[in-house]
Amino acid sequence: MGSELALYPRLAWSRVRGQVEYRLSFVLMLVGYFAATVADFLAIWVIFLHLPLLAGWTLGEVAFLYGTSYVSFKLADMVVGHLDVLPTLVRSGSLDTLLTRPLGSLFQVITIDFGLRHVGAIAQAVCVLAVACVTAGVPWDAARVAMMPVTILSGTVIFASIWVLGASTVFWTMGNGLEVMNTFTYGGNQMANFPINIYAGWLRRLIAYVVPLAFVTYFPSLYLLAKEDPLGSPGILRFASPLVALGCVAAARFAWGQGIRHYQSTGS
Amino acid sequence: MALIEVENLSKQFRVARKPEGGRGRLRRLRRDFADVHAVDGVSFAVEAGEMVGYIGPNGAGKSTTIKMLTGILVPSGGRLSVAGFEPSRQRRELARQIGVVFGQRTQLWWDLPLADSFDLLKHIYHVPMARFAANLERCVELMEMGEFLRTPVRQLSLGQRMRGELTAALLHDPAILYLDEPTIGLDVVAKARIRAFLTALNRDAGTTVLLTTHDMGDIERLCRRVIIIDRGGILYDGALDPLKARFATERTLVVDLEEPAPPLEVPFATVERVEGPRQWLRFQREQTSAADLIAAVARAAHIVDLRVDEPSIEDVVLRIYAGGAGERFSSTPSPG
Repeated sequence: MGSELALYPRLAWSRVRGQVEYRLSFVLMLVGYFAATVADFLAIWVIFLHLPLLAGWTLGEVAFLYGTSYVSFKLADMVVGHLDVLPTLVRSGSLDTLLTRPLGSLFQVITIDFGLRHVGAIAQAVCVLAVACVTAGVPWDAARVAMMPVTILSGTVIFASIWVLGASTVFWTMGNGLEVMNTFTYGGNQMANFPINIYAGWLRRLIAYVVPLAFVTYFPSLYLLAKEDPLGSPGILRFASPLVALGCVAAARFAWGQGIRHYQSTGS
Repeated sequence: MALIEVENLSKQFRVARKPEGGRGRLRRLRRDFADVHAVDGVSFAVEAGEMVGYIGPNGAGKSTTIKMLTGILVPSGGRLSVAGFEPSRQRRELARQIGVVFGQRTQLWWDLPLADSFDLLKHIYHVPMARFAANLERCVELMEMGEFLRTPVRQLSLGQRMRGELTAALLHDPAILYLDEPTIGLDVVAKARIRAFLTALNRDAGTTVLLTTHDMGDIERLCRRVIIIDRGGILYDGALDPLKARFATERTLVVDLEEPAPPLEVPFATVERVEGPRQWLRFQREQTSAADLIAAVARAAHIVDLRVDEPSIEDVVLRIYAGGAGERFSSTPSPG
């Protein structure tokens, strides 16, 4: 584990070096990603052209939710988004080669790539978040400043864990159904962009407690924005994101371990 | 204790069988399974420093055995010990003791120069700087890799890449080297280079080599001992020479004549095939030598070019079945 953390920057850099070799094309790609994802925020802004409030939330507050969720999501995408090559690795037998090295299998699959291109989308979300930090009326104090990185990091870990969980199904399904899992990651980010009290009760409970998307941004944002929860959830949930993230990591590790074990006993 | 110990090893796969006939939804949802015995009660031991050919037809269970020896697959039964480790349970510890080259797959980074792949492996295996430099230098020198060390792997020829793969598998001084079809697709020169390197490696570093191949030439040049596996079980384990004397007796002389001719009539050989000026003559090792046969052909027609084909592994396995009525036999394993 420790040796892998030490190796990560070296392997990630080896993936990035080729991507930045053609500087102009790389910069253009970043700009492209930036521009393409701006549309995501414009969609939210358009809603507020007609409404002063969305289920009790102002444009600035929803922008705050959008920013934290999007940054977390894209950070996770950058690190683990290429897990979708797993079906190819399994089918081609390349996974076998990885299993002959003295490193963890998940670590090696993750370091096959590093999605530096997502920096374009992250920059867009950071811009939205920066403006929201000023306009959403956050009563900034030391605790809230410290809470910001904790929120982003927890959200990143939650998204990454969901990704790993989804990818683990490949060992049984051989990649059928990976699209279904994408509804939880890509789709999950879209949902987390909005306050969960706009959703129907069953969906709300699903994203709060089963696929814990509400912990990515909704609950911690209630604290950061000093808002009453329109749903009246217990106050402690606002600080539970790091714990939830750890739980997600445990679930993801378990699922991946079971998947590899299944692979090792079936060969496919 | 031997370096590799395999005892009654077996591996079954469950494969889904298509349901036959049937009607209704439930019937279609229920899946039928069949057990395939890919490896079925295999036992052998390999001592440190041996170079063993592990051969057999496609689907015989070779790769499945190698995958269990490297810890990629968990055995369904039997006992397995490699360098003192139980492979599937101690996969990562074992990985430091073994080097693996799968001829059809790469362990190098496709987009990086060869030298950069080696550098990453140095860090992955924690190879001390001095040892890394010495190992790399030896490989680069013996396999003449100097001029393409800075070339991205995707631009290398197959022969160059294979030399890179071998180097990559050896940087951490493994005690055991597994090679799966290391010369597949290579030309004669490239094959000879790889074989010479493996001979030197085994002689100088004492590396134990387990080799699967379809190439009889690989086996003849490299291995004194062969293990033949077929349908999941061991058919032969022992020295190569008696095996050849008994089963690989039939060879084929391929001659290109100056002009097309009717099938040649020479003693101790039968013409198997004629294609324009090219003829295939089958002969028995004990009845005539290749040299005598070539001389006889030269007396009958003008030869432009020729080659002698050795029997393939498949032929040998077929003959073992035919000769021994499918019974398994074994000579005592060659010591050391």
